[in-house]
Amino acid sequence: MDSIIKTESLTYAYRSVEDEHPRVVLQGLDLEIERGTFVAILGHNGSGKSTLAKHFNGILLPLGGKVYVEGIDTSVEETMLEVRKRVGMVFQNPDNQLVANVVEEDVAFAPENLGYPPEEIRMRVDDALRIVGMYDMREHAPHLLSGGQKQRVAIAGVLAMSPKCVVFDEPTAMLDPQGRQDVIRTIRQLRDEMNVTVVLITHHMEETIHADRVVVMSDGKIVVDGPPKKVFPNVEYMREQGLDVPETVDILYELDKCGFHYRLDALSVDECAREILTAFTGAGA
Amino acid sequence: MLKDVTLGQFFPGDTVVHRLDPRTKLILVIVYIVALFAAKTYAAYALVMIVLIVCVSLSQIRFTTIMKGVKPILIVILITGILNLFFTQGEHVIFRLWKLTMTWEGVRTAALMILRLIMLINGTFLLTYTTSPIALTDGLELLLSPLKKLRFPVHELAMMMSIALRFIPTLIEETDKIMSAQKARGADFDTGGIVQRAKAMLPLLVPLFVSAFRRADELSVAMESRCYHGGEGRTRMKKLTFARRDFGALILGAVFLAAVFALNRVWK
Ligand SMILES: Nc1ncnc2c1ncn2[C@@H]1O[C@H](COP(=O)(O)OP(=O)(O)OP(=O)(O)O)[C@@H](O)[C@H]1O
Ligand SMILES: [Mg+2]
Repeated sequence: MDSIIKTESLTYAYRSVEDEHPRVVLQGLDLEIERGTFVAILGHNGSGKSTLAKHFNGILLPLGGKVYVEGIDTSVEETMLEVRKRVGMVFQNPDNQLVANVVEEDVAFAPENLGYPPEEIRMRVDDALRIVGMYDMREHAPHLLSGGQKQRVAIAGVLAMSPKCVVFDEPTAMLDPQGRQDVIRTIRQLRDEMNVTVVLITHHMEETIHADRVVVMSDGKIVVDGPPKKVFPNVEYMREQGLDVPETVDILYELDKCGFHYRLDALSVDECAREILTAFTGAGA
Repeated sequence: MLKDVTLGQFFPGDTVVHRLDPRTKLILVIVYIVALFAAKTYAAYALVMIVLIVCVSLSQIRFTTIMKGVKPILIVILITGILNLFFTQGEHVIFRLWKLTMTWEGVRTAALMILRLIMLINGTFLLTYTTSPIALTDGLELLLSPLKKLRFPVHELAMMMSIALRFIPTLIEETDKIMSAQKARGADFDTGGIVQRAKAMLPLLVPLFVSAFRRADELSVAMESRCYHGGEGRTRMKKLTFARRDFGALILGAVFLAAVFALNRVWK
């Protein structure tokens, strides 16, 4: 198995000034993310998702255990940039990750930090902006863009490093439905067309239906790990974890409770409709 | 009300003034400020004013826009004017009231001082209006780069400035939002004396500061994630280059400064 990110019994705790005891957030976590996959990470508030994500590119360093990115130990100071340019990170609030007053200058930030020559930076910036569909707005000021547009600029800013993997930490939490759709489309495009490994942390179940794998965290541990079609049908268990299931699964679940017998693994609306239909026609026949 | 704050705004354009290298413009603004404070005679003042008017016309920025920059510091200008009006020694007394004397010399000094301050603001705002903040901070970084040898944190300073400029619109927007939210709950920012208004602003500052710190924290993580590690080994997409017009402009600047000094001597 070719893994791009690998954690080995990763432990982390935040120290606080008031508290004597550090607050343990990750408790011996083992996770391997395969190259080219789309992994969704779910979990209730405070379950440690963001903390885990910050270990993937060495923003936080493990207190115990190890994190490897393409075999590089993230805790080694000398290879930090190697780790960071392999694993890009997009955060929730687009306003707080844009550094420049002009879209293209912002996208240029990472390749500039990596010391590429000007012509190459130009190329990377233009490519990245085309991928997210913001090329025509390259000379705009970010604060005049919509939330979804800002978030796509932020994605371009990460793509300009040509990362192998991009970690998204609730990228749509502050966006309107249109912006959310655009961002999710861009994320899928990364995986499908550019073979970038995608890790998506989210509270919106609809965004996970295209994932290859769903990882559910609870109190700093992984409690469920599997393909969405296997994970979501356990509706009761997911609810116990303080999580929702996609609406399609929810409908089938409710119908199922009413005595109809459905399979609960329909994730797209089409599948869901088909499932209901076949059950009907099957029952009628 | 906050929309009036034009600090750090940039109006893109394609004029000579816009195209000059930011380093040239920074030097010229310094030349302009020196000239403005060196000017002692009406003739010298007139020359500085003509140069300002020519530059503003060349930049195609409207004079009303340029004047807007004066508004936030109107009070400072007025106080300076009043102080000059009453505390300038002179012989041609207009009137005497208790211990205050107003002289013709006072009127003249006050008028010139007000004019000087307004022109000072106009000149510096012309710089920020016609230069993108990035070009400006890049220019500053390069101009100051000799100081790096003295371990002066030039890159850090430039980065701080550019980030401050980047966040001004965001923070203004946020202030407006918090103000609206508090107005909706009955806060009153528009009536009462200065003290009362300042007190009304206090509950505004607390959430603003909290959010600014949170933003700074998130921004630093985002910057690190994008491989920021200080100025060392960093390259730029757009390299600044001196063109022929920059040399021309610098020569004109030198001539202008010389002319101001000459006019100071010729017309007493
Ligand atoms: N900088 C910090 N200092 C101290 N404690 C922190 C810090 N950041 C997070 N925590 C705590 O660590 C725990 C896990 O936080 P984390 O942000 O990883 O959760 P999360 O799963 O991302 O939650 P959410 O869904 O709300 O984003 C929380 O209890 C939080 O209070
Ligand atoms: Mg989080």
